[in-house]
Amino acid sequence: MSQTTDDPKTAGLAWHEVKLHLNGEERTFRIQPWTTLLDLLREHAGCTGAKKGCDHGQCGACTVLVNGRSINSCLTLAVMQDGAEITTIEGLARGDELDPLQQAFIDHDAFQCGFCTPGQICSAKALLAKGGAITDDEIRESMSGNLCRCGAYPNIVAAIRAAAVSLESRE
Amino acid sequence: MKPFIYSRAHQVPDAIRRLAVADRPVPIAGGTNLLDLMKERVVLPTRLLDINGLPLDEIRDLDDGGLRLGALSRNEDTADHPLVKARYPLLAKAILSGASVQIRNMATNGGNLMQRTRCPYFYDVNMPCNKRTPGSGCGALHGYNRMHAILGTSGECIATHPSDMCVALAALEAVVIVLGPEGERRIPFDQFHRLPGDTPQFDNTLSVDELIVAIDLPPKGYAGHYSYLKVRDRRSYAFALVSAAVGIELTDGVITRARIALGGVAHKPWRDPEAEASLVGHAPGDDAFENAASLLLRGAQGCGFNDFKIELSRRVIRRALDEACSSSLTPA
Repeated sequence: MSQTTDDPKTAGLAWHEVKLHLNGEERTFRIQPWTTLLDLLREHAGCTGAKKGCDHGQCGACTVLVNGRSINSCLTLAVMQDGAEITTIEGLARGDELDPLQQAFIDHDAFQCGFCTPGQICSAKALLAKGGAITDDEIRESMSGNLCRCGAYPNIVAAIRAAAVSLESRE
Repeated sequence: MKPFIYSRAHQVPDAIRRLAVADRPVPIAGGTNLLDLMKERVVLPTRLLDINGLPLDEIRDLDDGGLRLGALSRNEDTADHPLVKARYPLLAKAILSGASVQIRNMATNGGNLMQRTRCPYFYDVNMPCNKRTPGSGCGALHGYNRMHAILGTSGECIATHPSDMCVALAALEAVVIVLGPEGERRIPFDQFHRLPGDTPQFDNTLSVDELIVAIDLPPKGYAGHYSYLKVRDRRSYAFALVSAAVGIELTDGVITRARIALGGVAHKPWRDPEAEASLVGHAPGDDAFENAASLLLRGAQGCGFNDFKIELSRRVIRRALDEACSSSLTPA
């Protein structure tokens, strides 16, 4: 937990210690309070998978999972996530074995430039974690916070649908 | 972002105490709007008070048959809650039509009420804006005002309140529970947000030393006959051009109670008790709907680019009323 944050007099412009369970690893960072979670991941943790697209929560390229839920990492302060479990695109594969969603994105050619892909996959991961059957319309609605400037949407929907179906058949 | 001092509150009385000083911090919950405004330098707080640790996230039954929504319950959790889905599907549908999953996972119920307008002149610090910098003028009045208000405007400000959730809360006649140094206040939803007048810098009637702790929903949830109809530039993840929240009670084919709130058209969710009363005693039908729409849109005035919103509102009201009066809808 942060060392100095509870007393407003001494909190000052201090550096804050933030502990994260990042991709299965306990990590501690010393950061300033205006560091967003996205900046911590990219600049301090070496996880550059999450992208800074718009930095305003409009594009979804910075999407990561916090305690299993998708969020825009550009719209939260890292210090607000002290103690949280964070999963980024780097934390999805098991060794050399890709996450089924990552494989589905490859199989269905669901990206062109790839800039939005880490965010797309993290959003899809949270969507599929809810379980149950899902229609294409529900996929589109749930993924509307992730823009793809290459316009790979039909293949993104196809990849998520395929991953959902294979997940369901395994259950 | 401009540097600021960050601290946390873990108990409500502690948070209230810290908001009672002159050099008070700005509370931050989800942060989805506040941090964006800080990046744009629209607001530049010197202190932030993280209130995410306060025990205000529960959703529970009230003794009167209503439901209490904790101020810190996340929008997505609120919309997903079994009691909200079953008894207030209008609210669930309105919440789910706003923002994206990622934002709803962070944004809180209290924060939804406190979000600022998305008027581009408010957001651009190089532009005049009476809401951001009182006395600097309104860039939108004679500017590009396609998204702007048609009801309750003033010569000082034509901004809209951007929330979907609040439109449903207005129709449901929710009560906002706030806590300050003097104790608790219960603010009827209609009196929470305000019209711009000549002080557009004030979005609402919450005092700077008060904190929203809960939102109470009355027992009537209109689960049998409701509609949330939102018209926007794209199918998802866009603010409303016009939206309508409608709750209806029907007895033997006759309307016995009606609530209508409009979004995207004013500085606050727009209601008119006369429009609602005009429907009572009538069977659902075009004439009754048209009459209610005319009453609700009394005094509507465009500023040029947003003139289309008047006719669009009329059609949205009629369609939402028709949808609500039609046979029971499945919960959102």
